[in-house]
Amino acid sequence: MDPRPGIIKERLKSIKQTIAVSGGKGGIGKSVTSTVLSLVLADAGYKTGLLDLDFCGASTQTILGAKNTFPKEENGAVPITINGVKFMSITCFTQETATPMRGTDITNAITELLAITLWGDLDFLVIDMPPGLGDTLLDTINLMKSNFLVMTTPSKTTVEIAKKHIEVLRQSNAQIIGVLENMSRGEPTASRELAEKFDIPFIGQINFDPKLEDAVGNAEKLLETRFAKEIKSRVAKTLKSL
Amino acid sequence: MHEWALAEAVISTAVEFAEKTGFEHITEIEISIGELQQIEEDPFLFALEEMLKEKSKPVDKNTKITLEKENAILKCKSCKHEWDYLNALNELDEEKVESIHFVPEVSHAFIKCPKCNSPDFEITSGRGVWINNIIGK
Repeated sequence: MDPRPGIIKERLKSIKQTIAVSGGKGGIGKSVTSTVLSLVLADAGYKTGLLDLDFCGASTQTILGAKNTFPKEENGAVPITINGVKFMSITCFTQETATPMRGTDITNAITELLAITLWGDLDFLVIDMPPGLGDTLLDTINLMKSNFLVMTTPSKTTVEIAKKHIEVLRQSNAQIIGVLENMSRGEPTASRELAEKFDIPFIGQINFDPKLEDAVGNAEKLLETRFAKEIKSRVAKTLKSL
Repeated sequence: MHEWALAEAVISTAVEFAEKTGFEHITEIEISIGELQQIEEDPFLFALEEMLKEKSKPVDKNTKITLEKENAILKCKSCKHEWDYLNALNELDEEKVESIHFVPEVSHAFIKCPKCNSPDFEITSGRGVWINNIIGK
């Protein structure tokens, strides 16, 4: 019998809202959105954590510019804090070394991280999800009571994949906060129709910010980007109203 | 002490098990410790006993804890070679061993098949803490 799932509920009991930034497709800005969202929430005074579950493509540490992230060992793993955000990722342990994992390993690593991480009191725990409908999505649904923020882009391919993503979330009775379109060019797209089709909120469009890349690796600079301001006005506002 | 977090998980699971099965008292919890996670037995046992002292039925100070070690065996998915983790342990520095102690799957970052150098291996036994048996009445 695996003892770890038995303690996960206890570990997460002082977290008011868990926001899983997902969407199905890779390369649509889930990692930068989850990182900037966590910085924006912390900057607004909320107790915030960021959990990177994209084990095979973890990048939030690069976006944050996080170094020396090994957690403190104190009756469990205490995450380090970066710009007010408590940070946990597989990269805290892998020293930036490539870590190929199969499904069973992914489930075991997620279960272990959830069982040992001592988050303490949080208003928000933001989770960076990997692409796909695989183990991480299913484990997140089964092990944590998460609210999913479904990301899209103006691309038809992305919207089609997001549709399947929403279908799985619906079949699993997972809570969906809404649809957020990234890399928008300000024109009407199929993302809004997707939200209407499933009767979930369309949170809005985040315009492509050509200066965002320059801010990657610097949390202070990220907060000053137009991207961060749009995340604040659209997503953070929605979360506060939940 | 990371062992404390895993001890809490064991106690919590035993209580949940008693609730499901209707056991009024858990008399014994048999636990195996996989060598990959390099759990320190004494602190782990100490944590379990300290927690049990503070508890009342279904688990309490009279609940016996038995620990047994399990060899960590790794099997290459590419060439099917099997090897003992302890053979790889000598080649890992303290920081890497500590990382594997927290999350055993991190071993995929630091260990390769000694025969074909593939990072694609399976942990066939001895991963971490496992409850083998819960005895109660």
